[in-house]
Amino acid sequence: MAIKSNSLWKLAFIRLRRNYLAILGFIVLFILVFVAIFADQISPYGYEQQDYMMIRQGPSAKHLLGTDEFGRDVLSRLIYGSRISLQVGLVAVAISLFAGGAIGAIAGYFGGRIDNILMRIMDIQLAIPTILLAIVISAALGPGLFNLMVAVGITSIPRFARLMRASVLSIKGMEFIEAARAMGASHTRIILIYILPNCMAPLIVQSTLSVANAILFAATLSFLGLGVQPPFPEWGGMLSAARPYLRTNAYLSIFPGLAIMITILALNFLGDGLRDALDPKQKR
Amino acid sequence: MSDKNTQAPLLDIRDLSIRFNTDSGVVHAVNHLNLSLQKGKALGFVGETGAGKTTTALAILHLIQSPPGEITSGEILFEGQDILRMTEAERRDIRGNKIAMIFQDPMTSLNPIMTVEDQIMEVVSLHTDAKGEELRNRAHEMLQMVGIRPERGKEFPDQFSGGMRQRVGIAIALACRPTLLIADEPTTALDVTIQAQVIDLIKHLQKMVETSLLLITHDLGIVAEICDEVAIMYAGRVVEYSDLRQLYTKPMHPYTQGLFNAVPRLDSEPGGRLAVIQGLTPDPTDLPEGCSFSPRCPYVQDICRQEALGLKEYEPGHFVDCHFPLGMNGGLGA
Repeated sequence: MAIKSNSLWKLAFIRLRRNYLAILGFIVLFILVFVAIFADQISPYGYEQQDYMMIRQGPSAKHLLGTDEFGRDVLSRLIYGSRISLQVGLVAVAISLFAGGAIGAIAGYFGGRIDNILMRIMDIQLAIPTILLAIVISAALGPGLFNLMVAVGITSIPRFARLMRASVLSIKGMEFIEAARAMGASHTRIILIYILPNCMAPLIVQSTLSVANAILFAATLSFLGLGVQPPFPEWGGMLSAARPYLRTNAYLSIFPGLAIMITILALNFLGDGLRDALDPKQKR
Repeated sequence: MSDKNTQAPLLDIRDLSIRFNTDSGVVHAVNHLNLSLQKGKALGFVGETGAGKTTTALAILHLIQSPPGEITSGEILFEGQDILRMTEAERRDIRGNKIAMIFQDPMTSLNPIMTVEDQIMEVVSLHTDAKGEELRNRAHEMLQMVGIRPERGKEFPDQFSGGMRQRVGIAIALACRPTLLIADEPTTALDVTIQAQVIDLIKHLQKMVETSLLLITHDLGIVAEICDEVAIMYAGRVVEYSDLRQLYTKPMHPYTQGLFNAVPRLDSEPGGRLAVIQGLTPDPTDLPEGCSFSPRCPYVQDICRQEALGLKEYEPGHFVDCHFPLGMNGGLGA
């Protein structure tokens, strides 16, 4: 099977390489991942290292992005914060991708009553505003990194379920699925080898865009004080803490904001590039 | 039907009825259909759109969507075993291996994200123990057989033209050397020159692989080209069944005669009108009593409206479902 998908991915990669914005997004994300992994080596100071002689100092040679109200180095905190943001983004999307994908695939493939029950549950969840739902879940679970990821993950399950169901439905009706059955393939084989790979493109795109969304969501919850607790540096939390100094020390909110923006932009560029690259109908 | 033959038929469909339970009523797609096919022979299955040809073909593979489809009676004997009574695992073993199918539209019947050689390898790997290089060689051999350079096996279906894709479809169908090949209007989606190529290819390969062929079509010309026997289907029934020569020289059912009259010929008057069969095929949710062709039949008698006959052997090997077959004693018309 590994050989089989190879050529498809290779073609997609060739197409992706021609998209400069997507490559830019990819490079930015690569740097971010690198920074997150080697935060201990890269950051000039520790994320809770305080220097009371240097409270709310603007950018300087010693503190490239300045210091916050406890005299902590903003750059170091941003570097450590990338760990949390990336972690939240990936884990939350993994939760919604697997849960939503499974629900959607089952509903779409088997149809009938199963479909009806599962999708109505999803509809009910969709009717609740996502931000409220996330707040309720993280309030119920209590603050903390893991609970934050679960809360963010749960809120986007219905979107993945609907997307998956729609793709499965459209693929299921195609003649090559009937041809596969006429070939003697079993249901499991049809779902795994014929339907899922054909649904991959929209799912991958949705996942990339959802990582951006999840990071934003996590930042929102932290901003509201429900996410990662101080002194752990979370970009949203840093924004929140910088609020009182918006007029006097704008850099305190600008840099975390920029970090969030650049990450999300990079993810969106990559997501769009992947969407174009993975469409098998788009030749060359 | 083939009691007189010494050899048991490869495929024997007896009294098959299929209906679809839809919101707008029960569709009687196939009604008490009888049909048999000898090993190595080619049977043409002719009828209008909606006559139940494809439904019958899918029933042979037991691929009718259920619900809404439902097989209400009959048996489908393949090599003496009833397909309808097999377990799903046994049927999977037969599909693609002993009974293979060529689909109507080559643009949609291939998996768009698998290379064509992988798709041929897929069916071989499902039914044999072959692995790795052996599989690949087999796929290349099949591609060669249908006239595609094996190097092109690494390409995806969207890099092929319609005719080439249909060749790939044929390669997939024949990869396991099936004993029965079902071709569901294999040329309908192709243009005329490619049609001729594909038909020649099917004809040639059918002889080479020694498979039986069930060719579904509404093109009487194609049937004349490759088939040994013909069954004419109307409103879910076989109305006439015989060998090719007999049926083409002496059609006995008024519907068959109507079909032949509706085909343009080289010696037809330019600008002249073709003879059409009056009326439309009956609504399958509301079939007429008696003979289902009676509302359109130019020779209809009272008994036709009251009593269905079923296939009857009027001449040796020539079965007709008509009270008054054409050209017979007591028959009417030509």
